[in-house]
Amino acid sequence: MARQPDGPPPPPTVQKLRLRYTKRGPLRFASHRDLARALERALRRAQVPMAFSAGFSPHPKISYMGAAPTGAASEAEYFEIGLSARRDPEQVRVALDASLPPGIDVLECVEARDGSGSLADRLDATRWRIDLPGVDADELSAAVQELLAREEVLVAKRTKNGTRDVDARAAVVRAAVAVEAGCAILHVVVRQLTPTVRPDDVMAALAAVADLRPPLPIRAVREAQGRLDDSGEVADPLGPDRAVRSCCQEERAQV
Amino acid sequence: MAPEGGGYPGRVMTVDSLYPQLEPLLAQVQKPIQYVGGELNAQVKPWDDVAVHWALMYPDAYEVGLPNQGLMILYEVLNERPDALAERTYAVWPDLAGLMREHGVGQFTVDAHRPVRAFELLGVSFATELGYTNLLEALDLAGVPLHAVDRDETHPVVVAGGHAAFNPEPVADFVDCAVLGDGEQVVGDITDVVAAWKAEGRPGGRVELLARLARVDGVYVPRFYAVSYAADGTIAEVLRTRDDVPARVGKRTVMDLDEWPYPKQPLVPLAESVHERMSVEIFRGCTRGCRFCQAGMITRPVRERTITGIGSMVDAGLKATGYEEVGLLSLSSADHSEIGQLAKELADRYEGTNTGLSLPSTRVDAFNVTLANELSRNGRRSGLTFAPEGGSERIRRVINKTVSKEDLVRTVTTAYANGWRQVKLYFMCGLPTETDEDVLEIAELAVEVIRAGREASGTKDIRCTVSIGGFVPKPHTPFQWAAQASAETIDHRLRILRQAINADRRIGRSIGLRYHDGKPGVIEGLLSRGDRRVGRVIERVWRDGGHFDGWSEHFSFERWTAAATEELGRFGLDLDWYTTRERTEHEVLPWDHLDSGLDKEWLWEDWQDAISEDEVGDCRWTGCYDCGVCPTMGTEIQIGPTGRSLLPLTVVR
Repeated sequence: MARQPDGPPPPPTVQKLRLRYTKRGPLRFASHRDLARALERALRRAQVPMAFSAGFSPHPKISYMGAAPTGAASEAEYFEIGLSARRDPEQVRVALDASLPPGIDVLECVEARDGSGSLADRLDATRWRIDLPGVDADELSAAVQELLAREEVLVAKRTKNGTRDVDARAAVVRAAVAVEAGCAILHVVVRQLTPTVRPDDVMAALAAVADLRPPLPIRAVREAQGRLDDSGEVADPLGPDRAVRSCCQEERAQV
Repeated sequence: MAPEGGGYPGRVMTVDSLYPQLEPLLAQVQKPIQYVGGELNAQVKPWDDVAVHWALMYPDAYEVGLPNQGLMILYEVLNERPDALAERTYAVWPDLAGLMREHGVGQFTVDAHRPVRAFELLGVSFATELGYTNLLEALDLAGVPLHAVDRDETHPVVVAGGHAAFNPEPVADFVDCAVLGDGEQVVGDITDVVAAWKAEGRPGGRVELLARLARVDGVYVPRFYAVSYAADGTIAEVLRTRDDVPARVGKRTVMDLDEWPYPKQPLVPLAESVHERMSVEIFRGCTRGCRFCQAGMITRPVRERTITGIGSMVDAGLKATGYEEVGLLSLSSADHSEIGQLAKELADRYEGTNTGLSLPSTRVDAFNVTLANELSRNGRRSGLTFAPEGGSERIRRVINKTVSKEDLVRTVTTAYANGWRQVKLYFMCGLPTETDEDVLEIAELAVEVIRAGREASGTKDIRCTVSIGGFVPKPHTPFQWAAQASAETIDHRLRILRQAINADRRIGRSIGLRYHDGKPGVIEGLLSRGDRRVGRVIERVWRDGGHFDGWSEHFSFERWTAAATEELGRFGLDLDWYTTRERTEHEVLPWDHLDSGLDKEWLWEDWQDAISEDEVGDCRWTGCYDCGVCPTMGTEIQIGPTGRSLLPLTVVR
C-alpha cells in the first residue's frame, strides 16, 4: 500500500470556480506551463483558499483546458479551481486579476454548479482571428476558397511521437477574410480535434492548396472558445453555469 | 560573426525600446517568454529621470540567471536610488542571436528592451568562469568593442563582479573594472562617481572616469596595472601604472546584513527557472575552512542575519511572490547559530499553508532529524542532500571536511529510518593527493549506506544518488598552488567508481551515479587560475563560435584545446602549464595584487597542513587561527544567538 503522510487528510473541495482569462501583448509568448505557474502563484498571493490533493506532494486543485499555443494571443482561456472555503466569485476574480501581470487579465469567474456538466466538454471549438501583414486580401480570399472547396487537406504536424499527417480541412468549420487598417485578416472557426489544428496548421493548409506564404510572421488571437452550435458559432462555455446561478440567486455563497 | 562596433549611434537623451523590432523575431525562437520581461516585481523607470543607467547582466541563459540572488539584490538596491535605474540582460540563445544579427537588433535588456549600448554601466556577475565567452557574445551583439582600450566615453563601462572577479585577469582585456567582494555598497559608490563625472561634463573622458573608479574601495581597473613575465613564463611582477590607484585592491564587506534585507521583492518569472522558490540569505561567509572552497575563503568573516531579520524577509518575500518554498541560503545553512529555532518557528508560522522550507545542502555533522522534520513539516518532503565531498576519511582530512565513515553512515541511515526515501551525496574527484583508492571508497560508502538504510527503514524502496564533480583549484584558496588532475585521471577514476558501484546489482540498483567527464573542468581550471595571456584563448574560442560553455551541448573541448595550443604556444606555454602544473611557494600568482584579506603565508601553511592531512578548526568555536581576514579588512565575526523569537503572524490557511 502506498505510504500516506501522518495527520488528517486535507480539507475537501467545497466550491468550484470557472475562470476565463486572457493572454495579451508580450505575454502571448508564454507557454501553457508558464501560465500554469503564474496562475498558481497568483492564487497564493491573492490568498484564494485552494483545496489541495492528498499525499506527500499536495497540489492545488486546478484544471487547465485547451491552452492556446505559445505565441498566439487569447481572449478566451479557461481553467477551473477547487476551493476549501466558499468565496464570492467576483471577489476572487478581482483579487486574482490584481495579482497577475498586465496581459494576463481575469475577465470572468463563475461558480460551477452540480449537474451543469464538465467545462472541458463545452470547449470543442475556437474562433481565431489571424492577422497576415504583407498578404494581399484577394490572394488570401482565393486561397481560403480553395481550402474550403477541398474534401481533405493533409498537413504535416509535429507531435511528441514524431511527424504525422493531420487533415486541417476537416477541422475548419468556417473561414472569412476581412481587411483592417490595410492588413488582411482571416477569421476562422476551428473544431478542436486530436491532435489540435492550430493557426500554423491552417496556414500550412493554405500554403499547400494555394502556395500562400506570408512574408512576415502572422499574429493569431483566439477570440472565443466554446461549444460549436448549430449555426457554426462558438457558444459561451460559462453560459450553463450562469444560467443555473441566475435562477438560484437566493442560495448564493456567504462571503 | 557581425562586425565589431556596428549597431547604435552615440547616446541620445531618450532611449527607445527595441521591442517593436524584436517581437517579430520572437515568434521564430525557442522559449520566447524569456526575452519579454514583465516578471512580477520587475521595474521600469523613465530613462530621462535618472543620471546613471546600469544594465546588469548574468552571462548565462535566462533560466539560470534570473534566480541569481546577487543580481536581484543589486537590481533593487540601484532602482531604489532616485538618481539611477537598473535593467537586466541575459545571454541570448544562438537561435535569437542569429536573427538579431540578421535584422540589426542589438543586445537588449528584458525590462524595457533598451539597447545595452546606451547604458553608462554594464555590470556582469560571474558566478563561474564558463560565462566568459557569453560576455564577448553580448558585447558584440550590443555593438560595444570587445577590448576595453577600444571603447570611448559613449560606450558602457563594463564592470565584472561575482566570485570569479577575484581573478579577473583572463578577462582583463574585455572588462573596464572588476569589483571584489560584496556589491551592495560599492554599486552605490560607483554610481556616485559616474553621476559626478557626468555632472561635471565628463572631464578627462573615459580614462579620467576609470581613474576615479579605481580609487573606489574594492574596484580594480586592470588597465592601470602592468604585468611583466619572467623567462620561465611565470609572472615577474605586477605594477600599477599610475600612483593615484592602490597598489593592492581589497575586497568589500557588508558588515550588517540586517541593514540590507534584499531582495525585498524577489523577481518571479513566468518562464521556468532553475530555482522555483524564493530565497533568503541567512548568513554570508563561512569559516569551516574547507580547503577546496573558494566561496568560503573569499567571503569571510561569517555574518549572520538575525532570526527576526530572516523572519521578516521570509514574510515579505512570500507575500510578494506567491512561492511555496523558501530556501534558507548560505554556504552551510545548518551552521546558523539559531537554525533550530528558526526552522521550528517558521514551520509554526506557516502551518497548514503548504509552504516548505529548504536548505541547499547539509553538513553531515550539522544534521539532525528534528531540524529536517521542521523544514519539511508544511511542504513537500523531497530528498535530503549531504556533501561529504571526499570519499575516504584520509581525503576528507586533506580537504578539512572531517567526518568519520561511521558518522556518515549513521546520519544517512537515520534519515532513511525517519521516512526519507531519497538521499543525495555530493563528492569531488581529482582532489590534491587523491588516489584511486580514495575514490573507490565512495562506492563502499554508498553500498554501506543502502545496506544500513534498508535495514533501518525496513524497506528496499530507498535510493541514494551519488553526484560527482571534478575538482578545480581556485584562486585565494589553500589549493591555489595544487596541480589539477588531468581529464584522463578524472575519467579513469569515474570509470572504476562506476564499475565498483555496479559490482553488486542487488545494491547497485538503488544507487544512482551522476557525473560529468573531466574535460569542462580542465577549461574551468585554465580560466580560474589563468593570467592575462589566457584572454587571447577566450577571444579565439568565441570567434570560432564558442559560447554557453556551461552547457554540454554547446561546450567544445576541442575548440578550447585548439585555441589554447595556438594562443598559448606563442608564449611557450600550454594548457597543462596552467592546469596540471603545481605552483611553488614564491611564484607570483596572477591575483596576488587582489586582496581577499587572506594572508598568503597562512594559505601556504594551510596547503602544507593539507598535504600532511592536518585539520584546522572553525574560528567561530575554536578560536582564531590567523587567516588574516579580520585584521586586514577591519571586520569581525557577527553571529548570534540573539535570544529573540519570531512573533506569530496571521497567515492565510
